[in-house]
Amino acid sequence: MKSIDSKLPVNLAANPRLSSWVTFSAGGKVDLSPGKVEIGQGIVTALAQIAADELDVDIGRVRMVRASTASSPNEGVTSGSLSIQQSGRAIRQACAEIRQLFLTAASDRLGVEADALTIDDGTFSGPGNIRTSYWELAEDVPLDRDATGGAQPKAVARRTLAGTSVQRIDIPDKVFGRPRFIHDTVLPGMLHGRVLRPEATRAKLLSLDESGARGVLGLVAVVRDGSFAGVVCETESAAEAALQALRKGADWSSGEGLPDEGNLAGFLKAQPVESTIIDRRTTPGDRVKAHTIRRQYMRPYIAHASMAPSCAIALWNDTRVHVWTHSQGVYLLRTDLALVLKIPAEHITVEHIEGAGCYGHNAADDAALDAVLLAKSAGGRPVRVQWSRADEMTHAPFGAAMAIEIEADLDAQNEIVEWRHSIWSNGHAARPGRSAQPALLAGFEIEHPFPRVISVNPPQANGGGGDRNSIPLYDFPSWKIESHRLLTMPVRTSALRTLGGQGNVFAMESFLDEIAIERGEDPVAFRLRHLRDERANDVIRAAAKRAKWKPAARAGTGFGIGFARYKNTGAYCAAVAEIEGADEIRVKRLTLAVDVGEAINPDGVINQIEGGAIQATSWVLKERVRFDSERITSTSWTDYPILRFSEAPHVDVEVIQHADIEPVGAGEAAHGPVTAAIANAVFDCLAVRVRSLPITRDSLIAAMDVSA
Amino acid sequence: MTLIRFRLNGALTEIDDDPDRSLLDLLRERLGLTAAHFGCGAGECGACHVIVDGRAVTACNTPLWSLVDKDVITLEGLGTADRPHALQRAFIAEQALQCGYCVSGILMSAAALLKQNPRPTEAQVRLALDRNLCRCGAHNRMVRAVLRAAEEMATR
Repeated sequence: MKSIDSKLPVNLAANPRLSSWVTFSAGGKVDLSPGKVEIGQGIVTALAQIAADELDVDIGRVRMVRASTASSPNEGVTSGSLSIQQSGRAIRQACAEIRQLFLTAASDRLGVEADALTIDDGTFSGPGNIRTSYWELAEDVPLDRDATGGAQPKAVARRTLAGTSVQRIDIPDKVFGRPRFIHDTVLPGMLHGRVLRPEATRAKLLSLDESGARGVLGLVAVVRDGSFAGVVCETESAAEAALQALRKGADWSSGEGLPDEGNLAGFLKAQPVESTIIDRRTTPGDRVKAHTIRRQYMRPYIAHASMAPSCAIALWNDTRVHVWTHSQGVYLLRTDLALVLKIPAEHITVEHIEGAGCYGHNAADDAALDAVLLAKSAGGRPVRVQWSRADEMTHAPFGAAMAIEIEADLDAQNEIVEWRHSIWSNGHAARPGRSAQPALLAGFEIEHPFPRVISVNPPQANGGGGDRNSIPLYDFPSWKIESHRLLTMPVRTSALRTLGGQGNVFAMESFLDEIAIERGEDPVAFRLRHLRDERANDVIRAAAKRAKWKPAARAGTGFGIGFARYKNTGAYCAAVAEIEGADEIRVKRLTLAVDVGEAINPDGVINQIEGGAIQATSWVLKERVRFDSERITSTSWTDYPILRFSEAPHVDVEVIQHADIEPVGAGEAAHGPVTAAIANAVFDCLAVRVRSLPITRDSLIAAMDVSA
Repeated sequence: MTLIRFRLNGALTEIDDDPDRSLLDLLRERLGLTAAHFGCGAGECGACHVIVDGRAVTACNTPLWSLVDKDVITLEGLGTADRPHALQRAFIAEQALQCGYCVSGILMSAAALLKQNPRPTEAQVRLALDRNLCRCGAHNRMVRAVLRAAEEMATR
């Protein structure tokens, strides 16, 4: 990392060498090498669009290079809806400079002024049919030089690809069943590994009878290091059989205690915490407090529950190791692998290959260390490790449970005088590569274990963690926002889509709805009256208009609205939910409006918003990690159901395009607003406030009991 | 080991293997056909759907002995880039996925549906795909793509 040059986008300043981003290769190709990775969000296509636009080449010439610590720019982690913002800006600037360098070289070679040249699909041409191309000039224009910030990216009006819905470049492989995922990758001589994990949380492996496993045909090695144990076999079926035999021979200690899942709020509020004032505002005014109301909101632990169990491949060559992984951050994973292995990071190469959809810090990095540890016993052959469904559902980090209390002082007209928002939650980030201690599961299990990492919260400057989206965008005169981060962590938590944003927006927007209705004011009008940001008002108005807010009441139907600007600095999103409800809730339709500034690929934005809306609906109606006093009990899709096709709402999305405003990501914008919109629609339909997620038959009955 | 004979993607196939071995295992590990994906190993997610005698089944818990003389189609046999199935064209046209890990199983469920019911309603499509899970939330795009394929197949 170099010092930050203020003229350059942050990620280009950190990785200024132009050749690390772009190379022109034989056959008229452009190899584009971002440090961000495809996790099912379509990012590589959007980045290819930006590059093709800036270089004036057909997008079909752009080949996306998979991120690898061997060659890629270090762009940290692919998370936080920041890839367009960070990588996109860096690529746009890098390509603008490259285009400028080549234009100068073309002008020299062709002997005409640069102004007289046009660039079309990589070919520079000028008067009298003179022409050359990036590929002809490539030898004369070394890109082993640093970006200077000296070139201007194209004006908005001159971009032809950004802002259009180019088809995603990864989709054909996927619909034709061509190997594209790490799960489908086969290396010469590849072996298969499986790791034995306890059912009881953090149980210690007391003894292990390996004889059963050793009797399995095709066994290559049984590996044991403290409480970490696994097998390496010639085939995947042999590895499964050997694991089963190993499980029979394992004697585990009892697990460490888990909280009472029936009283998560009580648990969260009873733990030792680190308390932080996130924000405070005091505006002198003439409103006088008449009374105070207080509400408590709950969100359970939520599983990533990716469609694919995590997978990784590792290959040792003497003292060096090569790792293939679907991690969100190849460099960060490398840092932690070096800590565990006690070898220099330069001896480790971490290369990305796509996995299934990733919604945050799941088990991808854990699986990578598993593969590295097992591959040590593989005699220089690559070892592929794949987790079981049950391990994926129980041993991967979860999104943290949250208890949120909001207290509002209201005047005699129920106008807000002061707002107090308090959060009790584990931290929302324990990602690898961020501290002096590794955050990888097997690192906590080996003979000389590293201490288990207690999750922390990113600072507000980076969007916050448990406190994400807790600072109101509304113009309340006074507020105090406080976050209590737990210092114990019986249930492993880390980053899941939106971090605390979903919980905080659910709480804030539910409470606002309650106050608006108490005042007899339309919830949309109430919000508009309290927002000073026109882009915020625009998405609310657009969603309301599109949903024909507010349709006449019909028995058994309800409508609700929710709004947030993700991280208070990212995408603006408003959602209107239409639900049908009796003893169970069905979300019929979600209507959303979103503003991401410049939408590079509008259909990609819509896809992300639709997906976020449906995933949020699943969280709200179905999801909750289950556990007893010592084990996670939601080990399968039966115990951890998610929304199915017949239950998915219709989703209608309007993108408000602002081509002149720097783009931000769309992947996490919908979750909070949709959650709140559904909860508010439930009240509209049934006159019941559900303040504890998920909204199920049981939580409806419990909420009815409270209101009765 | 037992000699098991069945049709795979139109070709008569003879396999000498453990009759209790799962079809998914055979496809992925021995035959190198990796379109069908492992998701849960318990027949609960549908990522491994293939078509056996016209019905979409979970390959992860289909033992080889049950395939004798059956007709098995995997996504590789549904169509290729040169000769795509209408469903594959429609999934590209609708950009009907996010990560795409589940999509191979979903395409097979949809193909079985269209074989049985060439003009399904939207509700029938949703019901036919209900045994397939999608975690990214691409459900509606996939439903639109299936309806688009049905339309195209009916009008060509």
